[in-house]
Parts: sequence; C-alpha cells; structure tokens
Amino acid sequence: MSPDLVKFIFGRLTWDAIPLHEPILLVTFGMVALGGLTVLALLTRYKLWGYLWREWLTSVDHKKIGVMYIILAIVMLLRGFADALMMRAQQAMAFGEAAGYLPPHHYDQIFTAHGVIMIFFVAMPLVTGLMNLVVPMQIGARDVAFPFLNNFSFWMTVGGAVLVMASLFVGEFARTGWLAYPPLSNIAYSPGVGVDYYIWALQVAGVGTTLSGINLVVTIIKMRAPGMSLMKMPVFTWTSLCTNVLIVATFPILTATLALLTADRYLLTNFFTNDFGGNPMMYVNLIWIWGHPEVYILILPAFGVFSEVVSTFCGKRLFGYSSMVYATVVITILSYIVWLHHFFTMGSGASVNSFFGITTMIISIPTGAKIFNWLFTMYRGRIRFEVPMMWTVGFMVTFVIGGMTGVLLAVPPADFVLHNSLFLIAHFHNVIIGGVVFGMFAGIVYWFPKAFGFKLDPFWGKVSFWCWLVGFWVAFTPLYVLGLMGVTRRVSQFEDQSLQIWFVIAACGAVIILCGIVAFLVQIVVSIMNREALRDETGDPWNGRTLEWSTSSPPPAYNFAFTPVVNELDAWWDMKQRGYQRPTSGFIPIHMPANTGAGVVLAGISTLLGFALIWHIWWLSAVAFIALVASAIAHTFNFKRDYYIPAEEVVRVEDARTEALRSLT
Amino acid sequence: MSAASHDAHHAHEEHEDHGEAHGSLKDYVIGFVLAVILTAIPFWLVMGNVLPNAQMTAVAVMGLAVIQVLVHMIYFLHMNSRSEGGWTLLALMFTLILVIITLSGSLWVMHNLNTHMMPTTAHDMQQMP
Repeated sequence: MSPDLVKFIFGRLTWDAIPLHEPILLVTFGMVALGGLTVLALLTRYKLWGYLWREWLTSVDHKKIGVMYIILAIVMLLRGFADALMMRAQQAMAFGEAAGYLPPHHYDQIFTAHGVIMIFFVAMPLVTGLMNLVVPMQIGARDVAFPFLNNFSFWMTVGGAVLVMASLFVGEFARTGWLAYPPLSNIAYSPGVGVDYYIWALQVAGVGTTLSGINLVVTIIKMRAPGMSLMKMPVFTWTSLCTNVLIVATFPILTATLALLTADRYLLTNFFTNDFGGNPMMYVNLIWIWGHPEVYILILPAFGVFSEVVSTFCGKRLFGYSSMVYATVVITILSYIVWLHHFFTMGSGASVNSFFGITTMIISIPTGAKIFNWLFTMYRGRIRFEVPMMWTVGFMVTFVIGGMTGVLLAVPPADFVLHNSLFLIAHFHNVIIGGVVFGMFAGIVYWFPKAFGFKLDPFWGKVSFWCWLVGFWVAFTPLYVLGLMGVTRRVSQFEDQSLQIWFVIAACGAVIILCGIVAFLVQIVVSIMNREALRDETGDPWNGRTLEWSTSSPPPAYNFAFTPVVNELDAWWDMKQRGYQRPTSGFIPIHMPANTGAGVVLAGISTLLGFALIWHIWWLSAVAFIALVASAIAHTFNFKRDYYIPAEEVVRVEDARTEALRSLT
Repeated sequence: MSAASHDAHHAHEEHEDHGEAHGSLKDYVIGFVLAVILTAIPFWLVMGNVLPNAQMTAVAVMGLAVIQVLVHMIYFLHMNSRSEGGWTLLALMFTLILVIITLSGSLWVMHNLNTHMMPTTAHDMQQMP
C-alpha cells in the first residue's frame, strides 16, 4: 500500500506507537492482558454475560450505577497508586550518578498520569458514586430525576478512563503535569499524542461529570419526600447539592479552556502560544477558575459523610446543623474567588496577590467551623468506635494539619518560597488523602451494608485504616521537610546525596499505604466470604438517623414501597422515636424507568471518536461523529422508557421483608 | 422515578403552578421579531459605518447582545421570578454572579499581569516610563 493510503487509514498511528522497547510497559501489558482474559474467560465460563449486561451495564438503577462508579474508582486507584509507587521508588534511588530505573520522558508521563487519574478517575467517581448511591435514598426518592442520563454519564466517565489507560500501551501520555499548562502543552513543544490523550479523555469524561451534576441538582431540588424542606435535608444531601451546583457551574469552564487548547493544537490558533498575541497565562488563569472549585467539589461530599458518620456513631443530632449548612453554602460561593492562589508567583502585583491571599484565608473560617461542629457533636456523645468513626477521627487530626499548611501557603510571601516545592505536594496530599480519601472510605464502610446487605469485616477495616493513617504521615512528612528545604516537585534525579534519606522514608510510607489498599481489598473479599455472619436483616445496622436506613438492605429496586413523609431533620430517627410501623398492606404498582443499552453505545462511540481524533484518523472521526449523532437521535425513538412493577411483586418483596424482620425479634 | 405520583405531580405543575412553562404563540412571535430586530441593528451598525468610530460600534453591539440575551430568556426560556418556584431566578442570579466574577476577575488578573510584564519589543521599551 502506498504510504499516503496508510497515513489516511491510520493517521499518526504506526507500529512505533506500541512501546515494544519499554520492558516495564510490556510486563504491565502482559499482566493486564492476562488478568483481563481471565476475567473474560470466567464470565463466559459461568455464563454471566447476559446477567452482567441486563442487570448492571444497562441498568438505570441509581444504586447499581453508584456501585459501578465506586468499582471504577477502585480499579483506577490501583493504576494511580502503581504510578505513585513507581515515582517514590525512582526518587528514592536516583541520586548523584544513579539515574534510577525510569528515563525522564517516562517519569514525566507517570507523574502526569498519577495526577490526572487520581483526581478525575478516582476521586471524582468515588464522590459521584457515593452521591448516586445515597442521595436518592436520603431524600426518599425512587431514582434520580433522569435515570438514563445517569447511566450515560457513568459510561462517559468510563470512556475517559479507557482513553487514559489506552495511552499506556498505544502511544504515550502527556508529559506536562496534570493541568497541561501551555506553552509546554502546545503543539510546538508537545507534538506527540500525549496531550491529545489528556484532552480527549477529560472532554469525554467531562460530559459525564457535567450531566451527572445536572441530574443530581434536579433530583435534590425536585424529588425530595413530602415535608423535607431544604433545612430538613440530611447534611450529606446538602453537601451533594452544593458540590453538584459547583460541577454544573465550573466544568463548562474546563471544557471551554480545553477546547481552546485543542484549537491551538489542531487548528494552529494562538490562544495560548507565546507569540501572535497568545497568552499562556490566560490558560493558567482559566483552568484554575475551574480547578479551585474542583477542590471543593471533592471535599464537600466528604464533609457530608463525616457529618452523617459523626452524628450516627455518637447517637446525637449533629451539633449546629444550620451553621453546617451555611458553612457549606459560604464555601461554595467563596471557592470562586480564591483561584489566583495557585499562581501567586506568576507575576501579579501586590493588590491582586493580597486580595486572593485574604480570600483564601477567609475560606478556612467556615471549614474550621465545621471541625468544631463535629467535635461538639462528639462531646458527651456515646461514641462507638466502629470503622467509619475511626476514619472520621483520623480525618479530623490529619485534615486540620493540612488546612494549616494551606493557610500558610495562602500568605503570598511564604508562597514565593514554597511554590512548586514538595511542601505544596505534601499539603495537597494532606487534604486530599486526609479529607477526600478518608471521607470516601468512611462512606464506603458506612453505606456498604445498605448497598449489599452485609457489613464489611471490621478487623481488616481497622488494619486498612491504621496503614493508611500511619503510611500517609510516613510518606508525606518527609516531603514537608524537603519542601521547606526548597526541593521542587516533578524532578526525576537529584544531585544532593544528603536528601536521599528523606525520599527513602517517603517510599517506606508509600509501601505502608500499599498495605492499607491491600487490606481494603482483603476486607472486601473476607466480608463476601463471611457474608452470612455479617448479614444485616434490619436494614439499619448502625442505628442510623436518615431515610436510607428505613428501607431494607439491599433496598428493593423501588427503594420505598410508599414515599416516606418527613416531619423532622433526621427523619428516620424521628420515625423510630415515634414508634413508626412499616406499612404491610395496600401496595400499588410502582412506575419505574426501564433499562437501556443506549448509554453504553453512545459512550462507546464517543470513546472511539476521541481515539480517532487523538491519532488524526479523520475518516474514523467523521464516521464516529455521524454514528454518535445518529445513535442519539435513534435513542429518542425508543418509547419503551418505563414499566410498572406489578402490585403482586411489591407485595411479595415487602412480605418477605416483614417475615425477615419478624424472625429477628 | 417516583412512580405514578410523579406523573401526577408533573401534570399538576405544568397546568397550575407555573403557567409560563410553555409560552403562547404570541410570546414566541414577539420574541422572534425582537430577536431579528436586535440582530439586524448590529449588522447595520457594522456594515453601514453608522457610528463615528469602531470602539463605539463595538460597545453598541455588546449592549445589544445583552438585550438579546434578555429577550431569549424571557420569551424563549420563559423565565420570570415565579417560574419553578423561584428556582430559575435564583439559578440566574447565581450564574450572573459567577460570570461576573470570572470575567472581571480574569480581566483584573490579566491586566495586572500585563502591566508587570517586561517589554518584549524595542518599541515597547521606548514607551517605558
């Protein structure tokens, strides 16, 4: 075939894109392929494909979608953490003459992939998954407002994750750092496909995130149970509302900024170039207008989890509920006027820097108020130190220190010394691990019995907690020290031998965290094996306070046979206090949304479109784009959107629950 | 979805709570005519060189664009202070606050940066105080 024809068919994609010369990648690929094939073989062997497709992949049930988000996040956590281990190992050995085992171009891809994966494909799916799982049940709804959109959003997130993973074995990933600042990310300095993988992975996943944000905002505003006024909403629902408002308001900024960068790379425009009137600083400015609220998108739901956990495990109403709500709303607004603190050193004058320094310090006030609310809830409460509560206490200790180093960084003169140093790395890992990750683990352990009907094994949960807590401090305290000494981030080799000991300690910390992750996985396996002993028949294993604990575990597809009526904050606690009796008769058919494969199809085509655009395969891009539009239109002609669960089925499910509850007493 | 009750609820809302949800034909015609007029004027301003200088034309076009946005919101999106129990107005105010923060903040930050930039050409260098 003529070279022109080959280029037409495959674009930039050639055999050189397959990293046959990189032994690390080859081994990784071998392991992934082996693992993948094993899973596929087992699925075929036990004839699970039909079940998987009908019950999970095409499901519009918010609970199943929530669980799938969390599974995606855990899988991606393994990838992102493998990157972290590789970086720690490289930095622990590459001193003086020793170059370590990773060449710089590979090391650069690893730290970029680590950041992108951990934020977009671990933290975001964890947060979205938990909100999906819990929010509809907390407000007494049967599903989200737009069930199909929910399924579609999930698969778009998966599509983005698939593109990032594909970059490992086909081509390369960006070498620019996780926000891909131009001019480095422009075509002149990054001519390869790495930045294109970055852009299209985030654009595909971003569609999912934005739609899921809209979906949950509408769900919370329009579908609350009768009587649940805004100030009677559970705190987790409140923080979810604020998070999703932030998502809807800020993700378009990310999309637009990346679109401009795309134009620079594909159409040779000059938005962010050094010359022809372009200004790379505009990119930095715009991406942080999204990026700072993103930080709060991640942490607010974690705050919500801690609020639920603290009041449940102390057996008390949350101290200062309304101050908690107002603090959340104030954080939501303030998160928009602090973005410049990410680039104090870019050259702004004293007036700009001091304005953003002060707003940053102000935002720590509502956050501090929340900490006091949790402490006062614990004060004179009957604290049960179950695993979720341990994560919460660990969070409070860790997060407060991370918050204080944050306020330190908010002082512009201090930031000039610490900017881009390992002190910054230690700070944001301190708040993201200590805040978001601990919060999500607390949430997973807390709501696992609701989702699956049995508790997680407490022993392995405690092992996981202690490994994470100790490992975090062993891994990141050295980075604080190194940062104060002026060591910068993203360096693959060091001259000064005296620094090595700190990096070795940090690597030990990463290994301890690895033990925490392994213990978490062991915890799940052990719990599944012991599920009969850990079974919860009551539906309310923790003596909970909010509506999700009023239904069975796992809940029926319709969540509630009758929509609950809310009189009080902590509605389920209030119902229990007043001797609530479950209705056992009078069931009627329930109207539910029907499953559809359209989400999988649309997201699959979008991913293909992204892949074609990355490799400049224009004919495939055109075909995929047309197919995308055609599939979307075809989906509008699918009129089988809903069905009724017959009354007999509801009676059967509810009678079984009545029987189960009676056998307990 | 919340079952039959949701459907009932939905129907109820459309017919009583916020009668503005689907405007009348008259509304759409008024909106369309206003949109056309507001598009024609800027076109005329630019093509006919009506105003004395380009800067004034640009300001006028942007002013008309803002009115155009309002027309779309009122006649096509049927927004008023009562629709959806005030939620649309609240959302609009929130959006406006964020857009103002984003635009004015970016302009301030970038202007401040530019004034601190080193001059890049000899011509600029001569302009230095």
